[in-house]
Amino acid sequence: MALILSVLEQGMIYAIMALGVYITYKILDFPDLTVDGSFPLGAAVTVVLISKGISPVLTLPISFVLGALVGTLTGIIHVKLKVRDLLSGIIMMTALYTVNLRIAGRANFPIYNEETIFNNGFLNSVVPAALAPYTTVIVIFIVTIICKYLLDAYMSTKSGFLLRAVGDNPTLLTSLGVDKGLVKIVGLAISNGLVTLSGSVFAQHQRFFDISVGTGTVVIGLASVIIGTSLFRKITVLRVTSSVVVGSILYKACVALAISMGLESSDLKLITAILFLLILVIAMDRKKVQ
Amino acid sequence: MLELVNVNKNFNSGTINEMCLFKDFNFKVEDGQFVSVVGSNGSGKTSMLNLICGSMLVDSGKILINGEDITYKKEFLRHKNVGRVFQDPSKGTCPSMNILENLSVADNKGKPYNLTRGTNRKKIEAYKDMLRPLNLGLEDKLFTKVGALSGGQRQALALLMSTMTPIDFLILDEHTAALDPKTAEIIMELTNQIVREKKVTTIMVTHNLRYAVEYGNRLVMMHEGTVVMDKSDEEKKNISTEDIMRVFNQISVECGN
Repeated sequence: MALILSVLEQGMIYAIMALGVYITYKILDFPDLTVDGSFPLGAAVTVVLISKGISPVLTLPISFVLGALVGTLTGIIHVKLKVRDLLSGIIMMTALYTVNLRIAGRANFPIYNEETIFNNGFLNSVVPAALAPYTTVIVIFIVTIICKYLLDAYMSTKSGFLLRAVGDNPTLLTSLGVDKGLVKIVGLAISNGLVTLSGSVFAQHQRFFDISVGTGTVVIGLASVIIGTSLFRKITVLRVTSSVVVGSILYKACVALAISMGLESSDLKLITAILFLLILVIAMDRKKVQ
Repeated sequence: MLELVNVNKNFNSGTINEMCLFKDFNFKVEDGQFVSVVGSNGSGKTSMLNLICGSMLVDSGKILINGEDITYKKEFLRHKNVGRVFQDPSKGTCPSMNILENLSVADNKGKPYNLTRGTNRKKIEAYKDMLRPLNLGLEDKLFTKVGALSGGQRQALALLMSTMTPIDFLILDEHTAALDPKTAEIIMELTNQIVREKKVTTIMVTHNLRYAVEYGNRLVMMHEGTVVMDKSDEEKKNISTEDIMRVFNQISVECGN
């Protein structure tokens, strides 16, 4: 039971990040490595703000805005300075490593005794004792669902239509008199906003910031997106965003399974990489069959 | 009015493959004209459209629309009052979005793309009325993804989308070339109807000499970056495909083909 809860918790936290990766990878066709820096950015900002006494709930929108700024920078590097997509991400990821260290002041920053969105006076007073073990998963569920629905809502606006069109057919945007570069920047901003928000939830869940938490984030995000979109391709009732969330939970379940089979947590990154490779190969196989 | 004044354009400048396409090229299109442009491959037809639309910049010279110098205006800004249909039907539509969404996004051209709803339910009937005369059955497929449509259906949609909002110029870049003869005929008829109804100034590049003769009120033949034949109104009415073929063959012979 504890294992299932932990998979759900972790899966849904990373799902917010995967929603961001979905925008760049699937919609913009832009493999954005900024993610490896913007995820820990959320964690760093959050632990510092919480330790300074800022309300944990406020750290979520603050993280989103900071992430959006970071995404905007990646976009400007790519669109205005015409640096290739992969390189723009690598530049930002490398720069953010230092930025994150500067923000936190050190490589490891615990907040064990502070209030978080999972553990605060308000929650402790309203949640009945019987539900207490499930508080965390419920809070994560609410945050993730809000993010998913806001993203769905955005995608059905006029501005969201442009975002969907730009990866599909950039020529059409030019024909419509719209600057496709600007639309790409907006997409990267929203994407990294979500990733940073996910990092903020992660830090409050783990109750610490560590400079290495970002390593491999993009791989986890891509794996979740590919699992979600290729497994549920046929099921049209399920929105793509929902499949991404489910994909993220399934991915975490796979990792948990691998660890429960006797692998150690220090093997985690290796498991992540091998799993991702497997998923890519299987997903490509399915494409061929079609 | 559209004017190209003393336009020069070289390709591969500074390399051994340097090729001069336009040398002091001048071209003028009056308001309300429907110009068909024919010419062999490499004659500069599509390059001319690219220069007008801004997909390509001139080396020197000027491009004016209604007197305004747009020579160095950004491509997407020029399209604010220019509609363009490409040879490739997939370039004018968005495959992962349905017909309604495609029409809605085109309908909003020139207005801000903000955070209001992308589709307007009240407009569905109007869109259906627009699609019905095409006789392609698209009016019953508003919620079908455009990627699932045939090339002809997509091109018809692309044509409607590029002319939904008021535009000064319609640029047609061999827009029937990738279609089967029957569908090409339908698209060409539709084009003619739209151009007449909206009285939009149109430049159509085509390889189909019959279309060039039958449609439009001006015919231009290009060869190696120059206009070798230019007939409008009455003069054009008396011209036949055979006449054009003759000029065409003459040029080819001179070139040694």
